[in-house]
Amino acid sequence: MTGRSTGFRTVPDAERRGKGPVVVIECFEEIPCDPCHEACNQGAILAFDDINSLPEIDFAKCNGCGRCISVCPGLAIFVVDETWKEGLAVVRIPYEFIPLPHKGQQVKGVSRDGVELCDATVVKVENTKRHDRTPVIWVEIPRALAMDVRHIRVGGTSFDRQET
Amino acid sequence: MSSLLTSEICVVGAGPAGLKAAISARDMGAHVTLVDSEVNLGGQLVKQTHKFFGSRGQFAGMRGIDIAKLLADEVSRDPSVDVMCESQVVGFYEDGTLAIEKDDSIQFLKPERVICAAGASERMLSFPNNDLPGVYGAGAAQTLMNVYGVKPGNRVLMIGAGNIGLIVSYQLLQAGVEVAAVLEAMPHVGGYDVHARKIQRAGIPILTSHTIKEAHGTRSVEDATVWALDSEFHPVIDSERYFEVDTICLAVGLTPLTELLWQAGCRMVYVPELGGYAPLRCENYETTHPGVFVAGDLAGIEEASSAMIEGVVAGLSAARSLGYETDGFEERLRLAKNELEALRQGPTGQKVRQGIRRLMALREVGEGI
Repeated sequence: MTGRSTGFRTVPDAERRGKGPVVVIECFEEIPCDPCHEACNQGAILAFDDINSLPEIDFAKCNGCGRCISVCPGLAIFVVDETWKEGLAVVRIPYEFIPLPHKGQQVKGVSRDGVELCDATVVKVENTKRHDRTPVIWVEIPRALAMDVRHIRVGGTSFDRQET
Repeated sequence: MSSLLTSEICVVGAGPAGLKAAISARDMGAHVTLVDSEVNLGGQLVKQTHKFFGSRGQFAGMRGIDIAKLLADEVSRDPSVDVMCESQVVGFYEDGTLAIEKDDSIQFLKPERVICAAGASERMLSFPNNDLPGVYGAGAAQTLMNVYGVKPGNRVLMIGAGNIGLIVSYQLLQAGVEVAAVLEAMPHVGGYDVHARKIQRAGIPILTSHTIKEAHGTRSVEDATVWALDSEFHPVIDSERYFEVDTICLAVGLTPLTELLWQAGCRMVYVPELGGYAPLRCENYETTHPGVFVAGDLAGIEEASSAMIEGVVAGLSAARSLGYETDGFEERLRLAKNELEALRQGPTGQKVRQGIRRLMALREVGEGI
């Protein structure tokens, strides 16, 4: 249903992921959009010749800084770090729901299809002015799921939490 | 009878297209009267809490609500733009006079040029009990929650997986409203893939080739029956499913809000790709009625980013036609047209490109009513 994926140009291979934090851009449809290129000060997200083109990444230049994450209007940019700890990876996820989780909180790691895959520990919450109300949540998850966890579920619905 | 007001350029509608048109005409030196029926300037931007696509020129990456503030501030502090809020243009006479209703009285304004940027209205869908309270246009539900802070309901069935259906579903989730499912009659999602992914991650099913059969409820919506559609869009027998919901949101498309153009006698043509009847217009967005320009969804349904650039083209051209001339006018106009072209280049712009080609071909052969 959303299978217009061409795959590889925006997703780093296992070798690159084994070297440290790196961006993953899950943008597989040509739409008129280019803020990710503007956000990257490493020159890793290449300039667009046509604003409708898919982003192209020079993974050798990407240092996994994550500046591009909250800039993407499609919330399609993540940073994965498979070198975080033995057996554990960190995925940085844009998250625009309340309540925001806090550092140390246990949440669920969720797949692209909304399925809970694993327990996840929040190790950092970035929410400065630069993030412009798109906070970035760092979650620690089993390393084997680094390319599967793309969302988190923070216990209960946001509305339940607000009410209580 | 009140006296006849005058103005150089009247811009009708202060959404993204109208605001940009007013600013661009003002930049050329023209005096502009900007009229809008709402309390706040910004049109639909005032409820668009999501970040915009496009490029820097159209504020890509900024949220619609912040773009509205930025553009509204710019016109509000400019003495050469008169802003009339809570004022509805209800008549457009053949001699070019506009009737404007404000505070239950009518004022008459005869501008030298008019830029119509009235936007679009949401389409309705026919199904039994679609008049029950709880059936909303998706845009109305979005206004309730994002402008007035009111939850439209507790559990929603969204009809339509175009960008509006997908974005409003996401914003309902942000407001703490449950979304039972998003239905789409077409066999594929119409909106951007990234918008679909945002709600799929949140676990919301998108049922393609499905539509609503019937809503049920005594005093308001209590549940809904949906069914599958085959490749000919006929309902599939025995495919019914039930959803317990108190709200049904319709996001089944927009149609240009062209009443004023009909009144003015602009020639109109039916172009399905542009959302229905659209005005014939030239490359500078002037209609067949000399001095009447158009911009934004009223000229053909598209994105806010292209609406803003159409506003630039119409604003510059209207001011130019009054004799205003600034250095770099030609260059600004050329850049704006190039930007429009670029935005429409990709696969998502195909429908609009086709619609505009059809519009221009019909103009060529003198079609239109």
